[in-house]
Parts: sequence; structure tokens; C-alpha cells
Amino acid sequence: MISPATKPFAITLDEGSSRANHTGSWRTRRPEMTARLSPCDDACPAGEDVQGWLALAEEGEYRAAWERLVQHNPLPAVMGRACYHPCENACNRRHIDQAVSIHAVERFLGDLALREKWSAPAPLSPTGKRVLVVGAGPSGLAAAYHLALRGHAVTIREALPRAGGMMRYGIPTYRLPRDVVDAEIGRILDVGVTLECNSPVEDIVGAIEGGGFSACFAAVGAHLANRVQIPTSDAARIVDALDLLRDVEGGDPPRIGRRVAVVGGGNTALDAARTAKRLGADEATIIYRRTRAHMPAHALEVQEAVEEGIQMRWLRATARFDPGKLVVERMEVDTQGHVHGTGDFETVEADTLVLAIGQNVDLSIFEGIAGVHVTDRVIEVDSRMMTGHAGLFAGGDMVPSERTIAVAVGHGEKAARNVDAYLRGETWAPPPRPEIAAFEHINPWYYSEAERTVQPALDLARRQRTFAEVQGGLTADNALFEARRCLSCGNCFECDNCYGVCPDNAVIKLGPGKGFRIDLDFCKGCGLCEAECPCGAIRMVPEAL
Amino acid sequence: MSQRVKYYQTGTLTVGNRLLDDASRTVQASIDRSNALTSGHRACQGCGEALGARWVLDAAMRATGGQLIAVNATGCLEVFTTPYPESAWQLPWIHSLFANAPAVATGVAAAMRAKGKAVRVVAQGGDGGTTDIGFGCLSGMFERNDDVLYVCYDNEAYMNTGVQRSSATPPGARTATTPAVGPSPGNEFGQGKSVPLIAMAHGIPYVATASVADLHDLEAKVIRAMSMHGARYIHVHVPCPLGWGTASDATLRVARLAVACGLFPLFEAENGVLTGSTVIRNRQPVEAYLRSQQRFAHLFSGPSADPERVAKLQAIADRNVARFHLLQPEEHS
Repeated sequence: MISPATKPFAITLDEGSSRANHTGSWRTRRPEMTARLSPCDDACPAGEDVQGWLALAEEGEYRAAWERLVQHNPLPAVMGRACYHPCENACNRRHIDQAVSIHAVERFLGDLALREKWSAPAPLSPTGKRVLVVGAGPSGLAAAYHLALRGHAVTIREALPRAGGMMRYGIPTYRLPRDVVDAEIGRILDVGVTLECNSPVEDIVGAIEGGGFSACFAAVGAHLANRVQIPTSDAARIVDALDLLRDVEGGDPPRIGRRVAVVGGGNTALDAARTAKRLGADEATIIYRRTRAHMPAHALEVQEAVEEGIQMRWLRATARFDPGKLVVERMEVDTQGHVHGTGDFETVEADTLVLAIGQNVDLSIFEGIAGVHVTDRVIEVDSRMMTGHAGLFAGGDMVPSERTIAVAVGHGEKAARNVDAYLRGETWAPPPRPEIAAFEHINPWYYSEAERTVQPALDLARRQRTFAEVQGGLTADNALFEARRCLSCGNCFECDNCYGVCPDNAVIKLGPGKGFRIDLDFCKGCGLCEAECPCGAIRMVPEAL
Repeated sequence: MSQRVKYYQTGTLTVGNRLLDDASRTVQASIDRSNALTSGHRACQGCGEALGARWVLDAAMRATGGQLIAVNATGCLEVFTTPYPESAWQLPWIHSLFANAPAVATGVAAAMRAKGKAVRVVAQGGDGGTTDIGFGCLSGMFERNDDVLYVCYDNEAYMNTGVQRSSATPPGARTATTPAVGPSPGNEFGQGKSVPLIAMAHGIPYVATASVADLHDLEAKVIRAMSMHGARYIHVHVPCPLGWGTASDATLRVARLAVACGLFPLFEAENGVLTGSTVIRNRQPVEAYLRSQQRFAHLFSGPSADPERVAKLQAIADRNVARFHLLQPEEHS
């Protein structure tokens, strides 16, 4: 400190470093390190922390990545194949080049875990509570897994001869090989879940009480095929798509003839048509009453079906079916988007007609249970996934929702958390969801051009005649490449940009894994750190003035 | 793994990258960087020059093991870092006059040589101190091939004294002395003055242009320059939020646009010969760059809106692209 007597004229500060000058007082807004929700995480019906496990995979930490993955989804090898990956439709990278092939990396991790025989985490110590799960589909299996990990004794009762639900009896093997299904189910059972097959439940309340269960999660799926009345002669061969797929799985495919027509526009219709082709049909034709744009089937499935020679007849409605001959009416779309018949008919040659016009839940086992309500042929549940009957939870295809494997798995976990809370007399409060990291939060300049990795596909000749898996997996090299295409939306990946671009040295680097801190003594609030953060992990907030 | 996997998540465009080993990251990513220009300085919010100076000097400090003296011309950089009796510099630093930084640096280098010390010298100034006021001293330093790296931080006007035009101010730009009034508002379209090309004409060992748009490129050039002896010159483009009329958080975005449109070409030359260019990634029209700044706003709105002058600026950019080979070979058409 210079004494006033000796202080030179017109000096306001002591000699020394400029660090005595706290320029932070200029600031009207301050940067904050934040974590936004990546759009993939937001979109995942199974509640996966996609960005989190991709970040681990980027470092080659595959085991840790897989463990992060199965914190939510115990079926990654299945989901990496059979999920229609809404995460990728949300991926911010699609605004730069193409979405990260999340499903392919998920499948890589899932397959690696099976190959390396990685086991599920150890369950918590037993709670002494018993939980009944009805239905061993993806939803029931996920619920059983999460309940067992929390220390509850879980018994699954399954009506069919084997576990898997639609993973086994719906999705054809060329999309989902059964050794993968078996291995992932086996890993769930190894946690300590009891599985009883060929064991349909006819009286749920009786089964709960009689078996000494404290709660029940029902996920029986939607195995009843919708029917329509089609004028036909007795000899005409009409089968349901679900029966066809189930019989193929059972090793007893029906005789379908040389020409097969499939009515419907969903994934099941395409599965049936592609299966028919593999069973030896020369011609498999989809009959759909609206246009391709309206088809509920996934675009990739439609594309693969067309590649395999499945014919598409859009804007056609079935009018009459006689052996060898299907009469269809041409339809047209009016300006309002409604579909009308034109009165103009044509004939499609077909030996078998396959119906794939929707599925429903067999609700008979819920009849007469006090408090259980049915709306639009599905069971009503509250935000906890609980029906109106205390302790009876339900999920998967039998409750109002989109009917996909990811939704089913997500229901399983959500129900498990709520059942677990219910058993402790509590209510589970889901954690608050942070703001979503939108593309506006991304600074795309920092991401190099990197084309999406394409999975290898089976050659067409084998696809048309065998049930071998169509899509191949990624190698370790290209899985790593693909994981590293992730933008890490909303979550700091320690690129050091904020630290490097601050003109005032006001961002302090804390070291690997520790992130950064803003030095508010010197931060002038220019906002460069936020603007140059590639992934949107910094936000500017106004200072209270 | 059979092949080296590229770090495509961010390539090498970010300051650091947790997936890369320390040696492959920038100096600025290092927790041990020297912070030659430290906190508490009085530069405006988002100052490109403060950023550019730290980047250059930290790289030079690493390249010389901290054996470095800086000589500063008068200008923003001098004023905002050293209001007597404070200093934001964390290396030996000297300021004399506006015009004589190259000559003072020559003297410092001679003194080090006389004392038998291996201490290196960097001289630095803004565009006013370099392209106008100190130009004669600079040419002399080049001509004598004195062992000095001279760095010009070009923010395209005299910002410290209130945004007056310099010989580095681009045509059409509004400054305090070239207001946006009259039949040809903003700065006149002269012939321009490229000090990097003038430096090349001296045949000195190393000349480069750099920008705060590209840290990796800038650091590589500083490290290359410090690996050589004799007169060396680096011309660094540093946007000025105050003088250019940009938001304080837009500094790097605007710098990137200047490079991406071709108005600020990045190149290197040794002994008077062009040896390399940094190709443009995702080329932008000049208009995108001009529209990002208030100093060019009169070109686009009101009675003085003038597509012809925008086209002339585009022509300058196009000439740069051709002259300095700024596009990937397949992009030339």
C-alpha cells in the first residue's frame, strides 16, 4: 500500500497486477455451467441415458457404457435391432449430416455384453416382498428385472410356451435372431427372477392373493388379431398375420401357396409379407387402403420389403376373396384427406389372404376386478402405471400408448419404480426434466464432417429365401467412430472451448473429469463461452442489478 | 484396434478434446498455459485483440520455455493492459512510442545478444501502429532481418481513440472519420494495403496471417515462427465488438465469417514465397460477413443501400480465393 503522502499524482490503484481490478463488476449477465437434456434422451421411450452411454463408448469404455445402458434397458441387443429408434429422429446431428446411428452402437454394446458374458448388477438385499408379473414380454421382463434388482422376489407367469412375447412370437427372426432374445432373457432371469411358462393367469386377484404377492404388474400384450368381414367362399384361405408369425416361430408354418396378399399397412403387415416370401411364396403383395405416406410401418421396413420384392398396392380396399382371386376396389383421397371408394374394381391373384389390420388386448382376465376401467379396449392406468385396483399395475401394449418395444420396456421400468415405492408405502416422484438441448443451443462449426456408418446388410438372394438376420452389426472400429459422431448435446464433454475463448481468463479449468468454473471476479459477461460452447452446456443468466 | 480412429466428434476444431492426449491439444487447452495476458485488464467485453494476444504470447512462451520479452506499440492493447501502475502482463514487457515498437524490439534483441542471453523478442501492435504509424520502423526491421517476431493485431481501425479509420480499414466500413453519409458512405474504395504481402516483398524468413477464428492454425504459425530466427511477421485478424458494431459474444463467429468469405485469407510464406494456405471450410458469401456488423449496415438498408459496393467487396474476396488457393482443389470451378 502506497501511503497517501508518497502516492504519485493521479494514481487510483496500487502498483501491481491488473488482477486487483475486479472487472466482474462490469457484468450484466453471467455464464452458468448447465446440463441440458439431450434430444435422444428426451425421445427414448425406454428412458435410456443415450448421451451418457455414448459418452462412455466414445472413450472405448464399453463395459461402463453397457452398464449405464442397462441401468434403464435390460434388453440392449434386442432393442438395438428391433426398436425403431425415435432417438435418431430427434438427434441434433441430423441437421449437420445424418443422425448418429444410436441403435447400431446400442446393438454393438448389447452383442459385446453377450459375447463377453457380462452379468447384470447384483441385486439389493432381499426385501421379503413378492411381486407377480403377468406376461413375459419386453414390458414384463423389464419390470421383473428392475424389481429384482431392488431386492423383491419376482415371479413371471407366461401363457405361451416360451418367454419373450412379441419379441419371440411377433418380430420375425430375420430382424431379431432368437439366440439374442434367449440370451438377454437369460441374463434377466439370472438376477433371480422365477419364470413360469405355459401358465396363463385366469383370475389375477386370485393369483395375487393365493400366491402371497404384495403387488402385480400385468403386461399381457395385444395378441388378439382384429377381424373384418370379407365376403368369401368357404374354401378361401384366410389367416391372421399374428397366427402366421406365431406358427412360423413354433416350427409349424401354414401352407400359404405361391401367391400371398397381405392386408394392412403396419409393421406386422410387412413382417407377414416378408415372412411369406421367405416361406417360398413367389409373390407377396401388400394391400393398403391409403397411400405410402400414410402407412404406419417404419420407413426402413418398407424400404427393405421393397428391396426384397414385396409388391405394394396402395389405395386398394379388399372387396371379396375367392380361392386364387382377391377383388379389390380402387380408392382415392379427397382434398380433406379422406379415403373414398371409386367403384372401380380389379383382381389380384392370391392363394392366401393374410390379415394384418391391427391387434387387441385379451381383456377377459380383467373382467370383474373392482376399480379396473377399460377405455377403447385398453386398461386405464394413472401416472404411476397403477390401475384403479390398489397394487395392480399394468403396462405395455395393454395400456393406452404407442405399441413398440421401447415403450414396453419404458413402462416396465416406470412400473417397477412405482411398485417399489408402493411396497414401501411411498410414491415415486420422477426427477424433474431439464430444458432440452435444441439445435439452436449447438455451435455446429466445431463438429467435423463425418458421414453416418452404414451397417452391412445380407445379400438379397439370401434375404428372399432364408430367415437369416438382414442387418449386420458394427465392428469395434466403426462403433467407436459412430459413438464419436455424438454431439454430446447439452452435456459438457470437456473440449476446453470456454477455457480457451475467454478474453479475460475468467474460466478456470479444474482438471480432467472436473469441468470448469467461472471466476466471477473477472468475468465481464461477454458471453463468448456460451456462444462457442459446441454442445450447449453453458447458459447466460441476467445478473440481479 | 487395427486402425487409428479419428476424433470426429469435434475433429480438432475445439480448443481441447478429452479424447486426445495432451500433446495433441492446443496451448490454450493446457491447465498450465502461461496466461501472458491475465485477468483484470480493461478491454471491452468480448475483445478479439485481448484474446488474440494471449493466444499468440502463450504459444510463444511455450515455444521459448518462457524466455520471452514483449515490446508493445501504443494502441488498445497497450492502454487496456497497463494503466499505470497496473499491468496485466505476466512476462517482461516494454512500451515506448506509437511508431517505434519495431526499433525498440531490434534494440532489445541486440541487448540480449550482447549479454549472451537466449531470450527471444516479440513486438506487437495494432493495425494503426503497424500499417500506418510504425510502418517505417517495421520496414527497417524487416530489411535488416532483425531477430524479432512482429505481431500485428488487426481490428481494422484506431479503436482506442474512438474508431478512426486506418489503412487497414476495409472499403465501405463506417468509422468515426468515414461516416455513413454522402454519395459513397463509409470508407473509400482505395487500393488497400496488405502488410503481409509487403513483408513478403522484403523476403524475410517467415510471414503468416492468422485469425482468432482458428486457434489451431494460429498456434501452429506462432510455434513455426519461433522455431526460426531473423525478422518474422504474423498478421492476426481480431474483431472489435465496439468498432465493428457486433455483440460481445459474436467475436469468434464474425472472425470465422471473415475467413469463410475470403476477405481475410489465411496463408504462410517463407523467404518471400507463399508456402501454404488454410483452405476455407464451408465458404460463405461476403454479404453474410458484412451483414453481421453494424459498420456495414448502411450497405444494406436506407437510401445508401448499395449492392454494387457489396459486389466489389465480393470481388476482393474472390480474388483472394484465387490468389491464395483457399478452396479444396475439387471446389474450383
